[in-house]
Amino acid sequence: MASAEGGSSATQYIQHHLTNLKFDLTSMSFDGHASGFWVLNVDSLFFSIILGVFFLFFFRMAAKKATATEPGGLQNFVEMIVDFTDTQVRDIYHGQSKLIAPLALTIFVWVFLMNFMDLIPVDALPAAAHASGIEYLKVVPSTDLNITFGLSISVFLLMMFYSVKIKGGLGFLKETLTHPFGPWLAPFNFALFVVETVAKPVSLSLRLFGNLYAGELIFILIAVFTLGAGASLLAVPMFILQVLLGVGWAIFHILVITLQAYIFGMLTIVYLSMAQEHH
Amino acid sequence: MSINATLLAQMIVFAVFVWFTMKFVWPPIMQAMRDRQKRISEGLAAAERGARELNEATAKAEEMVAKARTQAQEILTNAQRQADDTLERAREDARAEGERIVTAAREEIDQAVASAKEDLRREVGSLAVVGAERILKREIDAKAHNDIIDDLVAEIR
Repeated sequence: MASAEGGSSATQYIQHHLTNLKFDLTSMSFDGHASGFWVLNVDSLFFSIILGVFFLFFFRMAAKKATATEPGGLQNFVEMIVDFTDTQVRDIYHGQSKLIAPLALTIFVWVFLMNFMDLIPVDALPAAAHASGIEYLKVVPSTDLNITFGLSISVFLLMMFYSVKIKGGLGFLKETLTHPFGPWLAPFNFALFVVETVAKPVSLSLRLFGNLYAGELIFILIAVFTLGAGASLLAVPMFILQVLLGVGWAIFHILVITLQAYIFGMLTIVYLSMAQEHH
Repeated sequence: MSINATLLAQMIVFAVFVWFTMKFVWPPIMQAMRDRQKRISEGLAAAERGARELNEATAKAEEMVAKARTQAQEILTNAQRQADDTLERAREDARAEGERIVTAAREEIDQAVASAKEDLRREVGSLAVVGAERILKREIDAKAHNDIIDDLVAEIR
């Protein structure tokens, strides 16, 4: 990407890195500048599906060969994660649903893997794609609002589903109107309910998106350091600085991506168990 | 950066992944872990049972050894007593036998002494007669002088 074009090159470089590979469903063609709802971010979907399949493949392999007597390396690793998830779910959620724990496991691992894409050098995959004729490529699915909202809205729908299932349609309605200020302030109660309910998926997805988008952006900014420096005298110290900053940020980012995956999973469990509680 | 159909696609993908995890990943792993837990707790219980049984067996063995020791002691004591008895009896028998032998010998000796005395007396009597004959230079009518001889014999006695 290091096309030295003077002042605007850095802006172009960043812009280019933040553009999804888009597929316009209305015209059925790849179009980097496509807008409107019926557009697929092919790169985000591709990597999210690949990573999900990667996760499911290894976990399924471990599950298939799972023995009580002689767990191998993969089984130990998978069991560690499953056991961790199970403990978290047991601590927070006291309902009967068989869905919550596998859901939390999927979120933990999948979101972690999507975040992990952030640690791959920012130019590696886009450059490879460019070489094979693909113009745009954003490799970190969790820096795409569609992906994070796709997860959080699914969680939101499950929240609503469980809420209605446990409390019944009328019970749910009654709670939205009478909680927490009593039936005389029903409009306020309902307004509060809407804010509270909408805030959950929005904060869930925006937190993940914001952290990862910012992280990715900083990686891109670090990459800009030697962009267009060419053979100038400044190139050497800039290069050293870039490497140092890149390493530092990457190490710090290991913590961030793990933490964000953990937070997303934990909050999902918390929200779902809250949705099933009677007030 | 805008919301588009990717959102819907992601939701569908998410649903499929969660379903797959719920159906094919979570249950076998949990099952394996639960089985292992059960196995371990069973193993621990078996080990505890084994230890308890060992303790019991040890106690029983000790008891048996103690009993055997008492029994042996008893047998030993009995044997000792029996041996003592036998020895005592044998000693008693020997003493009695010895005494009997000694008595018999003494009687025999007495008898021998008496008969020797008799013989001696008779010899002396005949010697006296012979002496007297020699002195008188004649034969004494034994019949006539029998009473004198008898007197002599009596005197010698």
